[in-house]
Amino acid sequence: MSAGNRQLAGIALFAVLVGCVPLVTKSGVTLNFVMMALYATLIAQAWNILGGFGGQFSFGHALFFGTGAYVQAIAQLQGGINAWVALPLAVAGAALVGLFVGALSFRYGLKGSYFALVTLAFAEVFRILALSVNFTGGGVGLMVPLRESVANLQFASRAGYLWVVLAMVVLALLVTWWLRNGRFGAYLQAVRDNEDAARAVGVNPFRIKLAAIGLSAAFMGAAGAFYVQVFQYIDAGIAYGPAVSVEALVAAIVGGMGTLWGPVLGAVVLHLLSDLTRNLFGELPGINMVIYGTVLVVIVIFLPRGVAGLGLSVRQLWNAKQGGRHD
Amino acid sequence: MFDFGILFPSVLNGLTTGAVYALIALGLTLIYGVLHIINFAHGASLMLALYAVYFLKERLGIDPYLALPIVVLGMFALGYALQRSVINRAGHGKDENILLATLGIAIVMENLALLFFKSDTRNIDTAYSLSTVAIGPAMIAVPKLVAFAGALVVSGILFWIMGRTDLGRAIRAVAKEKEGAKLMGIDVDHVYAMSFGIGLACLGAAACFLLPAYYVNPQVGGGFVLVAFTIVVLGGMGSFVGALIGGLLVGVVESLGGLYLGESLGQIGIFAIFIGVVLFRPQGMFGAKA
Repeated sequence: MSAGNRQLAGIALFAVLVGCVPLVTKSGVTLNFVMMALYATLIAQAWNILGGFGGQFSFGHALFFGTGAYVQAIAQLQGGINAWVALPLAVAGAALVGLFVGALSFRYGLKGSYFALVTLAFAEVFRILALSVNFTGGGVGLMVPLRESVANLQFASRAGYLWVVLAMVVLALLVTWWLRNGRFGAYLQAVRDNEDAARAVGVNPFRIKLAAIGLSAAFMGAAGAFYVQVFQYIDAGIAYGPAVSVEALVAAIVGGMGTLWGPVLGAVVLHLLSDLTRNLFGELPGINMVIYGTVLVVIVIFLPRGVAGLGLSVRQLWNAKQGGRHD
Repeated sequence: MFDFGILFPSVLNGLTTGAVYALIALGLTLIYGVLHIINFAHGASLMLALYAVYFLKERLGIDPYLALPIVVLGMFALGYALQRSVINRAGHGKDENILLATLGIAIVMENLALLFFKSDTRNIDTAYSLSTVAIGPAMIAVPKLVAFAGALVVSGILFWIMGRTDLGRAIRAVAKEKEGAKLMGIDVDHVYAMSFGIGLACLGAAACFLLPAYYVNPQVGGGFVLVAFTIVVLGGMGSFVGALIGGLLVGVVESLGGLYLGESLGQIGIFAIFIGVVLFRPQGMFGAKA
């Protein structure tokens, strides 16, 4: 089997195994954990498309998350639109904002820390606007009424949400697989590694990066819409605050950027960690985040290529022991 | 709309706020200019300095202005140690690793503060906290006036260090040509740590000038981070004159924005400047063209 086909088989296996979890257990705690880990995977994988494969470090991915969330909520509340119909609107809205910010940034050749800071600034502008205008509910936020039924994209059990977000994650994994194996992904990585060289062989870096940010933002928008359906509430701080942006990039980088499974690993490891510490020290405010931050720093110092990089190192060691076999 | 009696106090107020912003941004621009890293722990470090000032006053009765040497030295030591023990090791030659490391440090600092000091917002009472002086038609709070003067003095000291001392020359050499500096016998790791230390020392000074008229809670740094980055970018990354003038400018913009757009929308002006500068003049007002 070729490497690409093996990855596809891996994604299929992942989908089946995780999809079966609700059939094996009815434990709300377990289902909730898996659902939230998948949700974290989704935003990490979304960030990975632009940051990992495109080399563009966004610090404001909340911009797209929040837009998806608000479109989802406003379409239902003000437009009376069905939640399933609102979902593609949310995705499209987020993608549009992504294209807008990308067009501005890439048109002027922003990269590195400047791109990181400008995305952060855009997220702040949107946060302040969302606080100040009426149709977002201002400081009060928006509450989507609870009407549990599959037709409303609201489920009585976590299992339903788990399957929905699993479908989104699998789609994101397939897109990532395509980035690793398809022509567009090759262009994107060429632009990441050396823009001038890529241009010299006929690649248009602006259009490639623009497509990547649109794609990345679309998945963030899906995550935002999903968030609204699960928690039935959104406000400016949740939508556009820095927490989501940080969560997305940390999980992707800790897991391993520009890889297929890195963001999955990162999201699961970080979620396990914060759940574990919260259970251990639940009463003390902040201590779980102290441990989270410490582990983050330790990982950066000792695993500069992320958790997936650790797996890679182990495999290289293994291969060396096998007499330098490579696959 | 352009009533002098309203505009003048607003501009003056903005200048005094802007001076403290400049102080915070000077530290950030030094760290960026030399180490070429984006220090996301800058806001959290400021928060720690504010708590230091607070507890020195509440527990030991030391006036914030008298606490200045203690807090500045303490922050310098913290910065030196952080750079040597954590940030330097986290780099591995990749910017994103340093970015993650400073982010991790910020998360740890903020939540340690939450753990030990709770989420309460605290402020201090001094004899001069509420006193004001009249300048023309404007009533300016005394602590803000002191902060303005203090920020100018501290920037002056910083200019002197950078321009006239061996350390300053070493810092500039490392910032410009790291390998060359190493060949000339400069201890690059030491210079990096000194720069980070001085960057945080500026925050110590800023905290002493801020607290008499401000407050502290574990999240207080967040509000300053993007403002400081705006100033640094506006002034040209690594430019001290730019940071000083940029700081004053941003203070005035925020003050006027608050006056005409209202408290919540006022800050939008800052981010609008930021985005505009980054897009159209990324080298800033005083930065060399890249």
